[in-house]
Amino acid sequence: MAILVNANTRVITQGITGKSGEFHTKLSHEYAPRFVGGVVPGKGGQKAILDLPIFDTVQEAKDRAKANATMIFVPPPFAADAILEAIEAEIELIICITEGIPVLDMIAVKKALERSKSRLIGPNCPGVITPGQCKIGIMPGHIHKVGKAGIVSKSGTLTYEAVGQTTAMGIGQSSCVGIGGDPIIGTKYIDILTLFEQDPQTEGIILIGEIGGDAEIQAAKFIKEHITKPVAAFIAGQTAPKGKRMGHAGAIVSGGSGTAAEKMAALEEAGCVVAKSPADIAASLKIAMERKGKR
Amino acid sequence: MDIHEYQAKQLFKQNGIPVPEGYLATNPLEAEFAMRRLGTEIAVVKAQVHAGGRGKGGGVKLAKTPEEAAKLAKEMIGMTLVTHQTGPEGKKVHKVYVEAGSKIVKEYYLALVLDRETAGIGFMFSTEGGMDIEEVAEKTPEKIVYISVDPTTGLQGHHIRSICFQAKLPPAEHKELTPILKNLYKMFLKYDYAMLEINPLIINDQGKMFVLDGKMNFDDNAMYRQKDIEVMRDFLEEDPREVQASKYGLSYIGLDGNIGCLVNGAGLAMATMDITKFFGGSPANFLDVGGGANQETVTNAFKILLSDSNVKGIFVNIFGGIMRCDVIANGIVAAAKELGLRIPMVVRLEGTNVEQGKEILKSSGLDLYAASDMADGAKKIVEMVKKK
Repeated sequence: MAILVNANTRVITQGITGKSGEFHTKLSHEYAPRFVGGVVPGKGGQKAILDLPIFDTVQEAKDRAKANATMIFVPPPFAADAILEAIEAEIELIICITEGIPVLDMIAVKKALERSKSRLIGPNCPGVITPGQCKIGIMPGHIHKVGKAGIVSKSGTLTYEAVGQTTAMGIGQSSCVGIGGDPIIGTKYIDILTLFEQDPQTEGIILIGEIGGDAEIQAAKFIKEHITKPVAAFIAGQTAPKGKRMGHAGAIVSGGSGTAAEKMAALEEAGCVVAKSPADIAASLKIAMERKGKR
Repeated sequence: MDIHEYQAKQLFKQNGIPVPEGYLATNPLEAEFAMRRLGTEIAVVKAQVHAGGRGKGGGVKLAKTPEEAAKLAKEMIGMTLVTHQTGPEGKKVHKVYVEAGSKIVKEYYLALVLDRETAGIGFMFSTEGGMDIEEVAEKTPEKIVYISVDPTTGLQGHHIRSICFQAKLPPAEHKELTPILKNLYKMFLKYDYAMLEINPLIINDQGKMFVLDGKMNFDDNAMYRQKDIEVMRDFLEEDPREVQASKYGLSYIGLDGNIGCLVNGAGLAMATMDITKFFGGSPANFLDVGGGANQETVTNAFKILLSDSNVKGIFVNIFGGIMRCDVIANGIVAAAKELGLRIPMVVRLEGTNVEQGKEILKSSGLDLYAASDMADGAKKIVEMVKKK
């Protein structure tokens, strides 16, 4: 089972001939051969890396290569356009890796998304992986292990940390979703939590958050009411100063709200096991699973 | 990106938002002339630094004569202004803004913010202007009016009416506020703001509304299409280490601890600060070398860490995914040899080619501790720095 992507996913890369687009298409396809082509306007008919066909438009890629997912590596000034094109072509799953898209562009995208049939993951995210079945993104495939933890996170490398720990403990992962660190994102924690709750392969959930905004607080409320599976959490930025943007565009404590402390308290109140140290993420999941009688 | 008050006032003026007349001065003579040009009975001399709370710190003073304006400018220019937002080290004042004094009858608060929840533009208004809005939010939240505007349909008349009626403004003030709200909304879209705050928005003795102080913060991601705004950036107002780091494509924020952190990825970089604190240490910085870091980036990152005299130890925490650990190890060795390493260093490597990476560190002859995991590394560096 797992969520979002599996062995039947057919992926294209928008921006497949760019340096990063090409590199990560290759690594993702080598991990699991789910890529069916790429889109580069003006290069239609040519071949990309691994002999994948290039199309001029997303619609064409969908019609001819039967794509149902796309991975976007288009530079920031053109990324919103690329997402909107995928939305109009009714691609089911749009994963935008691009970092640095202006917020106003994302507002327009978000509004279009609300009226559409597509789901957007990101932007500014590592992507999505279902170990052993499909990898769409920049995460290192080899650290993953087929298993039972569902991981949802705003951060890239911190997700790898959680993956590394769950692999080492033998728990493994069902699917890992990087939702991105921008202020406006396509898919929120609660959407992914809902999918994990319904997925039979997922036996426990790891939520990784950070300072800024109140998405984790909303997630905590949602967990309390709707999630029956054990949840462990970690919030990065406990020591971050107020008013400073910590790398991610959305990671900022403004006006005393969006702090790690209030998010950790809300998650604890919702019954999650909250790790104080990032080294204890998998251990916390183990505690959460044992509490609920699962191992 | 932040800009100065005088620059913000210029933008307000250009976009039809009423502001008092004022002139920039970089020396006492200019301040004197500025007040003569204003021809008002009272002028306000305001220190131009990127921080709030200037009044309490002595950075905003009244002048009754042009000579007095000159005297105040002389005192302020060159002084280090300390406010609750500058930190104890304060900020050096390089210029002042001389502005016509206003007769304030009422003070309001108005801000436009990004609404993450609705993907809209939020308007926040309060009749409790001139004070800290966070304090208002805490003590009298009912005095804050908030509405969110959907940019696909834009700011409508009912939004404006909703603000005015909820805030119980008299009809004459509706008329004053309406064009200000309309123009601010246009500005927000035109200049890619992250936040636009006016505090206070005043009513003077003539019943006219003016922006007395404004704070603007722009979306860094949109600066490529805001060339007119980008030139307003004042590097003197920024931490020189942060400026240098951004030139190398690194994301760096200086803190007040003594353990220098070098990490890949923003989330892991924050988590590294957290775990350092967890084991009793104090991080000197946030430093994300990015996902595509190479040997050169690592060397540059080291230069920034080592140029900070507060740094008494270095904690390198890398989860090499796409970035290979052997490449990082080579970068560390090259940097340490080039710059000379006189302080303790702990390196934690994980991920692709980790064994080769560890071997490179081991055979380099460098005096460093290779940590087995993040917790081990954090514990060790805290211990080593304390021992010194």
